[in-house]
Amino acid sequence: MVSPGSTALTRHKSWLSYVRRHYILYLFLAPAVVLTVIFKYVPMYGAIIAFKDFSPRRGIMGSAWVGFEHFQRFLSSPNFYDILMNTLKLSAYGLILGFPVPILLALMLNLIRGAKLKKNIQLILYAPNFISVVVVTGMLFVFLSPTGVVNAVVTAFTGKPVSFMSDPAYFRSVYILSGIWQTAGWSSIIYVATLANVDPQLHDAATMDGASLLKRVRHIDLPALKPVMAVLFILAAGGIMSIGYEKAYLMQTALNTPTSEIIATYVYKVGLQAGDYAYSTAIGLFNSVINVILLVFVNTVVKRLNEGEGLY
Amino acid sequence: MEIQYSGKDRVLLVITYILLGLFILAILFPLIYVVLASFLTPNVLITKGLAIMPSDWTVTGYVKILSNDAMIRGFFNAVLYSAAFALATVFFSVFAAYPLSIEGLAGKRPVMIFFLITMFFGGGLIPTYLVVKDLGMLNTVWAVILPGAVSVFNIILAKTYFQGLPKELFQAAGIDGASELGIFFKIVLPLSKPIIFVLALYAFVGQWNSYFDAMIYLEDFRLFPLQLVLRSILIQNQVQPGMIADALAQAELKKLSEMIKYSSIVISSLPLIIMYPFFQKYFEKGVMVGSIK
Repeated sequence: MVSPGSTALTRHKSWLSYVRRHYILYLFLAPAVVLTVIFKYVPMYGAIIAFKDFSPRRGIMGSAWVGFEHFQRFLSSPNFYDILMNTLKLSAYGLILGFPVPILLALMLNLIRGAKLKKNIQLILYAPNFISVVVVTGMLFVFLSPTGVVNAVVTAFTGKPVSFMSDPAYFRSVYILSGIWQTAGWSSIIYVATLANVDPQLHDAATMDGASLLKRVRHIDLPALKPVMAVLFILAAGGIMSIGYEKAYLMQTALNTPTSEIIATYVYKVGLQAGDYAYSTAIGLFNSVINVILLVFVNTVVKRLNEGEGLY
Repeated sequence: MEIQYSGKDRVLLVITYILLGLFILAILFPLIYVVLASFLTPNVLITKGLAIMPSDWTVTGYVKILSNDAMIRGFFNAVLYSAAFALATVFFSVFAAYPLSIEGLAGKRPVMIFFLITMFFGGGLIPTYLVVKDLGMLNTVWAVILPGAVSVFNIILAKTYFQGLPKELFQAAGIDGASELGIFFKIVLPLSKPIIFVLALYAFVGQWNSYFDAMIYLEDFRLFPLQLVLRSILIQNQVQPGMIADALAQAELKKLSEMIKYSSIVISSLPLIIMYPFFQKYFEKGVMVGSIK
């Protein structure tokens, strides 16, 4: 009869001897662990300055606690509602408009006969993904400027140019459409690969039974994509609050801030440009909390719709 | 089996080809326009359309761009940062992933959780900035390379790959008396060239295209990577001093600065666009391995 205590002891001992025997493996892990602690975990600890009257001179420990003061200040600030709604709208519209496009592209690509043609189409579809956000935004500015090529067409029809990049009314459309232009092709890869794995016998059998192409797309291809769609949708919805702020920041002009100011760009401005570290960190934390809530919510909904299959 | 299409199917196929065609046009038009405008000045392109004369072509935009110090320096900085970042990414990911791919590694679960947590929680912009600042890394290359060099996603990618390697090889080598280090360097690494290549390629392209970290952490313009120089030309409309030195007429100046913008877009995207068809299958492979998770 072995007592519980002694098994724990032997387990502990064997663990130690395992580590001693395979210490090389732990040395291999060390660099990544150290870097993760420094650049990921220390900032997590540093995030407590959101609850402090932080001064760099006194440091994180030395600064006095202020509780939820920064959060209250943000929630009661006059632009809170606009910034929150801008963030939610930009991502929600982006998700609704952008999510189906790669699926549609994949379904269409799957109908293309001729491997060579398909490869060439894919080569073109993926290309914009490799252009940087700076360049894409730069292209938007030159194309959509009052004297740019798009306005040359617009002027021909309406007689006067539109200020796409400075009018708040156009910010969202320009942001979302250019995003689809840049990433839809690349995002379709995963769906294309999933469709390539569909058993061809399913299609053959359906054709024998007289199913039309459209019917086969609806009853064979779409169901095959469903699990991938569910996971990608949850991931996209979970990232809703952390959408591409790098591009939003680049696209921001003094005139379009009524619609282009989102939480992430605001965090940058308040924190690094205005130097209000603690307040900025509190806003960022607020953003992350909403993000986690959204992720959990969407996962629950999708799970219910998708026969219990979710991300977790 | 020869596929028989019914009338209805043909309609669907025609619609498919038309839609895909339109999408491809929408992608290609801006790209082709940029290239043409970089040689032609956009005004000429708009007003003359296809009635373009050989005399309208000029390489002035490129001459100005290529004789600009900031641009050249930015280009070489970008090459340097991207290469260093790719190296660091491969180093940290491969070494961390190998132990985690071994079955029965003591303490594997907690270490995995330790890494995974960072995928969902983060300190945020300012706390990370403060760490970099406290380490004295502000305005150094390290700030651009180190904070992002460990990515959980990459570790999982490499781990998945290692787990797919035939274990019999390791066991046989172990029986033959190879040490842990020997197995890793003589057997695992040589078999892992594809994943190392994929990781390096992704990291290189990612760093080449990024500007935000450099914008936050770097102050000295001599350290700026290409994307930051481009940002000042394309978005902040600061045509670099020296590009338009002569006192040109206002209209000429505007025309030239537009050309410079188009040629800088072409120059900066050229390396990736040239590389891209050769590496396409590796990019795809990266996406596929990443999705298995």
